[in-house]
Amino acid sequence: MAKRIDVEHLDVYYGDFLAVHDVTMTVPARSVTALIGPSGCGKSTVLRSLNRMHEVTRGGRVEGSIRLDGVDLYAPDMDPVLVRRMVGMVFQRPNPFPTMSIYDNVAAGLRLNGVKDKATLDGVVEQSLKGANLWTEVKDRLRKPGAGLSGGQQQRLCIARAIAVQPQVLLMDEPCSALDPISTLAIEDLITELKAAYTIVIVTHNMQQAARVSDQTAFFNLAATGKPGELIEVGPTSTIFSNPGVKATEDYIEGRFG
Amino acid sequence: MSVSTTSRVVVTFPDRTRARTQRDRAARVSMALAFVVAVIPLAWILVTVTTQGAQLLFSSTWWVNSQRGINSTMVGGGARHAINGTLIQAGVTALIAVPIGVLTAVYLVEFGRGRLARAVSFMVDILTGVPSIVAALFVYAVWVGTFGFQRVGFAVCLALVLLMIPVVVRTTEEMLKLVPNELREASLALGVPRWTTIVRVVLPTALSGIVTGVLLGLARVMGETAPLLILGPYTKNLATDLFSGLMPTLPTMINQDRSELGQAAAVERMWATALTLIVLVLVLNLAGRLVARLGSVSR
Ligand SMILES: Nc1ncnc2c1ncn2[C@@H]1O[C@H](COP(=O)(O)OP(=O)(O)OP(=O)(O)O)[C@@H](O)[C@H]1O
Ligand SMILES: [Mg+2]
Repeated sequence: MAKRIDVEHLDVYYGDFLAVHDVTMTVPARSVTALIGPSGCGKSTVLRSLNRMHEVTRGGRVEGSIRLDGVDLYAPDMDPVLVRRMVGMVFQRPNPFPTMSIYDNVAAGLRLNGVKDKATLDGVVEQSLKGANLWTEVKDRLRKPGAGLSGGQQQRLCIARAIAVQPQVLLMDEPCSALDPISTLAIEDLITELKAAYTIVIVTHNMQQAARVSDQTAFFNLAATGKPGELIEVGPTSTIFSNPGVKATEDYIEGRFG
Repeated sequence: MSVSTTSRVVVTFPDRTRARTQRDRAARVSMALAFVVAVIPLAWILVTVTTQGAQLLFSSTWWVNSQRGINSTMVGGGARHAINGTLIQAGVTALIAVPIGVLTAVYLVEFGRGRLARAVSFMVDILTGVPSIVAALFVYAVWVGTFGFQRVGFAVCLALVLLMIPVVVRTTEEMLKLVPNELREASLALGVPRWTTIVRVVLPTALSGIVTGVLLGLARVMGETAPLLILGPYTKNLATDLFSGLMPTLPTMINQDRSELGQAAAVERMWATALTLIVLVLVLNLAGRLVARLGSVSR
């Protein structure tokens, strides 16, 4: 059920401000693609345009095309709500719904879209929590508030919540930046497991993390402050890290600027 | 780049510890004083009303009988008619004002951009400042003047609605603004439509604050007297029909007995009625908070 993403000549705007210019890349199905680059180069912006969350920001709009297994996500008759059901997202800061229990958090995506059958919900909640490696830790307190978990557990709860609606693609924007090293490892292991079923795009500032989890790496950069961000190069992670085609990529990866 | 040691600026901080502790003490004392000053009138009112009025509240007839057939020189009867009237009018007022107020706030926070939103917000500000007597006179002018209807309980409700809406809008607005944007995004990113996100995620998160706002609005409306004097004159009889006849309320009952200050029976009734109103508002507050708490998950 995972799908590939084709991005072509993507320009992303905030009002009149062109934040990202002319991105063309392909994300293969069942793989992990890492987006790296200095702060402000537009990684989050690109990521959020992949599930049409970008247009939630006032003035946010996109030119160019993004296709999911050939289906144009920005076609005029495409419902952004359906896009977001196909392309799930995990945010930088864990954001479980504070009024909901652990169970309700995971079930939220289904419930809020009208699924009521108890057996289905129970099944999906268990399966998603297991999928997010959280089940054994929370199975005895499913009715407790989701906000009562540790940061790392909350982030895995958010991953469970995202995969509960059974998307084809999972986007993650620096999912470990608020977490300790142990939780980070847990999430990284999880990403490696999830890629068997999902197409994953992850933004990270951590080069080791990109090297550990991703199959493909895309490096973004800014020509200068105020200029739009651009995709400098994209390729297999091993190539980008050991033998990049562009000097800027090498400098960034080796920490010589950024 | 190397830092030359000769040109290093060394900062010595002046010792202000003593001055700071003194200012700290002064601030503490003045805050405590301000608190006491603020609480004195409140405590005074509560003590007076309770000592003067509590006894009648325990009489066998207070909560069940009306004042039918009882004149100002006589003891006895109850406040049932006025309690009914106040509760019915407050309930109907809330039924109209809460949806309008909450939806207006949702519009302002979640959708409102540009001119219309600024206009709405400005109107709400104006409404907040409208004195209750003006709201009452406005409804009187329309209800009795333009349409030629009789003065009935429902007209009172309309005036109260005007007074309650801005309170509900402003508090709900503040509460909705406190809901972190991340929650809206989390919900939208799950493929939940915008409206469902607002109704099922944003509003529940803000619920306890909204309930507080509604209760504040209700408390204001229940004690409001000007619209009642103009649109809802007192009667001693039980009345439940909002659309015909007069409907007695606690504030108008207080006003009635106040006009008979020479009579001991009337004076006692006045205090008891005042205490009843306070108790009703208090009970409503507690009930509302309980409901709001049951609505959210246990911690
Ligand atoms: N809501 C917004 N309105 C206007 N401009 C924005 C908005 N969000 C981001 N931008 C701009 O878009 C550009 C790209 O921002 P983006 O958040 O995508 O960067 P990023 O690569 O994710 O950075 P970081 O690594 O710090 O998260 C920046 O110039 C930023 O100032
Ligand atoms: Mg970012």
